[in-house]
Amino acid sequence: MNKDASDIVERATGIANQAQSISEEAAALANEAAQAFVQSSTGLLGVGPTFLELFTIFVLACFIGYYVIWSVTPALHSPLMSVTNAISSVIIVGALIAAGPDGVGFSKIMGFIAIILASVNIFGGFIVTYRMLQMFKKKNTRA
Amino acid sequence: MGYLYLLSSIFFILGLRGLSSPETARRGNIFGIMGMIIAVGATLADPAVLSYGWIVSAILIGGTIGTVVAFKIEMTALPQLIAAFHSLVGLAAVFVALAALYNPMAYGLGNPGEIAIASLIEMALGMVIGAITFSGSAVAFAKLQGIMSSAPITFSRQHLLNALIGILILALLVNFVQTQILLVFWILIFAALILGVLIIVPIGGADMPVVISMLNSYSGWAACGIGFTLSNPALIITGALVGSSGAILSYIMCKGMNRSIIHVLLGGFGANTSEIASARAEDRQVKTGAAGDAAFLMKNASKVVIVPGYGMAVAQAQHALNEMAGLLKKEGVEIKYAIHPVAGRMPGHMNVLLAEANVAYDEVFELEEINHEFSTSEVVFVIGANDVTNPAAKTDPASPIFGMPILEVEKAGTVLFLKRSMASGYAGVENELFFSENTMMLFGDAKAMTEKIVQVLSQ
Repeated sequence: MNKDASDIVERATGIANQAQSISEEAAALANEAAQAFVQSSTGLLGVGPTFLELFTIFVLACFIGYYVIWSVTPALHSPLMSVTNAISSVIIVGALIAAGPDGVGFSKIMGFIAIILASVNIFGGFIVTYRMLQMFKKKNTRA
Repeated sequence: MGYLYLLSSIFFILGLRGLSSPETARRGNIFGIMGMIIAVGATLADPAVLSYGWIVSAILIGGTIGTVVAFKIEMTALPQLIAAFHSLVGLAAVFVALAALYNPMAYGLGNPGEIAIASLIEMALGMVIGAITFSGSAVAFAKLQGIMSSAPITFSRQHLLNALIGILILALLVNFVQTQILLVFWILIFAALILGVLIIVPIGGADMPVVISMLNSYSGWAACGIGFTLSNPALIITGALVGSSGAILSYIMCKGMNRSIIHVLLGGFGANTSEIASARAEDRQVKTGAAGDAAFLMKNASKVVIVPGYGMAVAQAQHALNEMAGLLKKEGVEIKYAIHPVAGRMPGHMNVLLAEANVAYDEVFELEEINHEFSTSEVVFVIGANDVTNPAAKTDPASPIFGMPILEVEKAGTVLFLKRSMASGYAGVENELFFSENTMMLFGDAKAMTEKIVQVLSQ
């Protein structure tokens, strides 16, 4: 009886030890994973914003967009569209970085074309918006 | 440099905020331009950006094209111009994603083939949305420009095919993220381009305002995806602003037609119903009138509400219309314009067309503002509009436009319908109002007929 009991205690201790070592391994793995995530989500030279920070900006910007856009008067929905079109061409920032380095390569050519496309939009979008807005006049200021 | 991007984002927000009223809108546009200059300037100041020759010449080429096009475009052609612009944003997103993939070092994303998973996902997503925006907008442009028929193109198992391509894109995306094989990325681009075309072809002409708004939204999300890849908050903020703007406009347009966004996307609206409608119309009596009758009626009214539709814009009748309104005002008639949310081919299109003809914006009213005034108007002058006045939207549950908010012109003393013929409107639905006792049809070209009325009035 006594012998059986000590046997069980011994085995239990063994299992407990094993469990502890597994949990330590798991903790180490989790730690590694966390580090890998931080590394993968940091931007320029590892000192840029994390994914979470960027995502926070994104969500908040969506809220700003929601409230700002609802306050736009329906009469100006066409200019709204052309001006949003112009400012979404801020994507030119990415194109400038691609076309920036010295030397000629595939990326540079891609960047070059992207700058042209975005410029068409920027100039075209703002000018067409300007033209539209010039037309909106009040009764008393009409020619 | 980060602060400059922040400043540029603030300018963009202020720019959009300015559009809340026509008085502040011009300043808003200038804020937008300043935001853009700051963003571009901040990037050019980056020490890694060296080849100014290339950059300046690219900006000059693009800028010249954009400027010339923007100054030359007719306001009636505005929707296709915007569609074309959207496609350019989409294509630019694809090119930037490609550039980042082939030269990740320039973006601080590590060596080629060793890019972090998060960046790969963002890059691929930005590219896919960009590619869909590009090909979808190209199709929308072709439809609006009349290069291809605006009728919906549908075939059997269309939605199944779209779903399969969607799944394929997802699978390719996962595969690309795991393997970083460049060829997979190219196939992904190709699949996204096809999906963009397939999404837009089944959508009919009447739904174009929704499509343009939706593509506007897509172009924003594409910019967002690229912003995440480059870890650039300015790009993320701007993309989110544009994305939500387009989404809200789509919602407003859908509500204006009482259609759910799902129905619009599934497409097929406005097909094959026009024949039935016109066949039924032939043996019914309508009251017709001439320019003189219309002039007499309006001159003797105390209040006339003008309901312009796209037909007016097509006929370029807006200037003649404004002249007519001016003469009536001299006779002491109160003139108001009523605009339905989906008048024209894009959100707010009709407002721009009227503004172009020198109509003051404080004489122009939205549906909710003007609907209660029809009962106190002696005359309503409907020019080139049809479906947006159709009472069937309120009374006939079987009508395809049932539930759509309409301008309640039937409550006015007399309704003058200026139309080319008895043909039904874009939705292909017959308008009961044509046969009503208090309706007078004025058949003819919108511009010619309005000019005739002007002649009579000025005698």
